[in-house]
Amino acid sequence: MVKQLTWIDMEVGNIVKEAGSASFRRTGDWRTERPIIDKEKCNKCGLCWLYCPDVAIRPLENGYYEPDLYYCKGCGICAKACPREAITISEEEEK
Amino acid sequence: MSKRVALEASFAVAEAARMADVDVTAAYPITPQTHIPERLAEMVADGELDAAYIPVESEHSAMSACLGAAAVGARTFTATAGQGLELMHEVVYVASSMRYPIVMAVCNRALSAPLSVWGDHSDAMAVRDTGWIQVFCQNNQEAFDLTLWAFRVGEDPKVLFPVMVHLDGFTLSHVTEPVILPEQSEVDRFLPKFQYLFALNPDKPMTHGAFGPPEIYSEAKIAQEVAFRKSKEIILQGWNEFGNIFGRHYFPVEQYRTAGAKTLLLTMGSSTETAKIVIDERRDKGEAIGLISLRLWRPFPFEEFRQIVKGAETLIVLDRCISSGMGGPVFSEVRSALYNEVPKPKVVNIIGGLGGRDISENDFEYVIDRSREIAKQGSEKMLETVGVRGKMIGIRG
Repeated sequence: MVKQLTWIDMEVGNIVKEAGSASFRRTGDWRTERPIIDKEKCNKCGLCWLYCPDVAIRPLENGYYEPDLYYCKGCGICAKACPREAITISEEEEK
Repeated sequence: MSKRVALEASFAVAEAARMADVDVTAAYPITPQTHIPERLAEMVADGELDAAYIPVESEHSAMSACLGAAAVGARTFTATAGQGLELMHEVVYVASSMRYPIVMAVCNRALSAPLSVWGDHSDAMAVRDTGWIQVFCQNNQEAFDLTLWAFRVGEDPKVLFPVMVHLDGFTLSHVTEPVILPEQSEVDRFLPKFQYLFALNPDKPMTHGAFGPPEIYSEAKIAQEVAFRKSKEIILQGWNEFGNIFGRHYFPVEQYRTAGAKTLLLTMGSSTETAKIVIDERRDKGEAIGLISLRLWRPFPFEEFRQIVKGAETLIVLDRCISSGMGGPVFSEVRSALYNEVPKPKVVNIIGGLGGRDISENDFEYVIDRSREIAKQGSEKMLETVGVRGKMIGIRG
C-alpha cells in the first residue's frame, strides 16, 4: 500500500526523487486477458522476455519464462513474438 | 557606469536576457514579438551571448523545448505573442506545475478573428489561470527591468515558478525610447547563477513529470497553489532589491496622484502613460482623481489593491479584452476582490483599445466622464465601450 501523501508532503513540481518507483504500482489490475505459456512448445528462446514492453516476463531458473501478473497488462505482444506459438492469450474470468 | 541608450522595447528585452546570461532560448517568430528572438539569434551567432538558440517549428515546440532546458537547470528564456501563446497554451500550464522558472516575454496581441497582429490584452487574459507569475510593463525601461527581475524571482528556490512579462505589441515592442542599461557587474550582483536542486542528471536518476492519478492530483494542485501564493513575498523582495541596486522601484499596484482621490482610473500596460497626461490635467484643475495600474497580475495583489482603493468612491476599469458573455476580465476580478469590503468604491467597466485601436487622451476624458455618469445612475448596462463607432443599445446582462 502506497502511503497516503498530504499536500504538504508533495515535492516541488511533484518530482519523484528515487528512480524505479513505478515498480510499486500494480499495473496488472488493468488486465482483461492473460498470457499462458505452454512448456511443451517453448524452447526457452527468450523472445517473449525480450519483447515485453513492461518487463513483465520473468526468466525462471530452469530456463523457462513466466508472466509476472502483478505488472502484466495482457497486451499480447509476447504471444505475437513467440515463433513457436507457445503463448496463448486467455480472457480473465471474474472471480 | 550605466548608460542611457535608445532602444526598442523588444531589443531592451533581448538585452536583459543577454545580461542575464541565458543558457537556452527556444522561440518561434511571430508578430509583434519577432524582434526579440531575431535579436537573440543575432547575439548568439555573433558570439555576444553564449547560449543555445533552438529554432523550433512552432510555439508548442518552443515551450516544450524550454521545459527540457529548464529541467536540466538551464536559465531559459522565450518570447511569443497572440496566436503563438494560444498554440503553446497546454505547455504553458506544464511549465508552472512542473515548477520550471522559464521567463517569457509576451508582446500582447489581439486574437483572431478577424486576423489582427495588433495589440490588446486578449492573449494575456487567455493565460490568466496558467499558474505563471505575470507582470505588465508600461514602457521600455520597465520591459528591460522586469525581464531581469523575472529571472531572479522565478529561479529563487522558494519560488520556482515561470514568469511572464507582458508588454504591449507595437505600442511598446516596436517603439524606441531611452533605456538605462546597467553595468554587467550590477546585474551580476542582482541576479545570482541559477542553481536548480532538482536538475535532471544521469548520475542521480529521478522522475520529472510523473502522472497524477485521482489519489494524488488534488494534493499536487493545492501544494502548487500554496507555493504560488507564497511567491509574493519573494516578488516583493526582488523589487526591493532591484530598487536598492538600480534605483527604480516597482510595486504590485502602481499609483499615480492617488492621494485623496475620490475617483480612481485603473489601466494596465502602456495606456497607463497616456492616462497620466489626463490625470495631470484634471488634478491640476482640482479634481480628486488618481490613477492606478496593476503591475502584478498573478498572483493577484489583493492586499495592496484593497488598501489603495479603499477611500475611493468610483473605480473605473479599462479593459483591453472581452470575456465573451461576461465583460472585461480585469473588471470581473477587481470587482470580485472588493465584493466583501466595507466601504468599497462603485466599480465601472469600460472596454476599449481592442486589436490595436489607440486609446487617446480624448478617449480617457470620455472614459472618466462617462464612468461618472454610470456610477451616478446606479444601474449599469453590461457593455460600455470607448472609441467604438456606433451607439450601444439594448444590451442587457
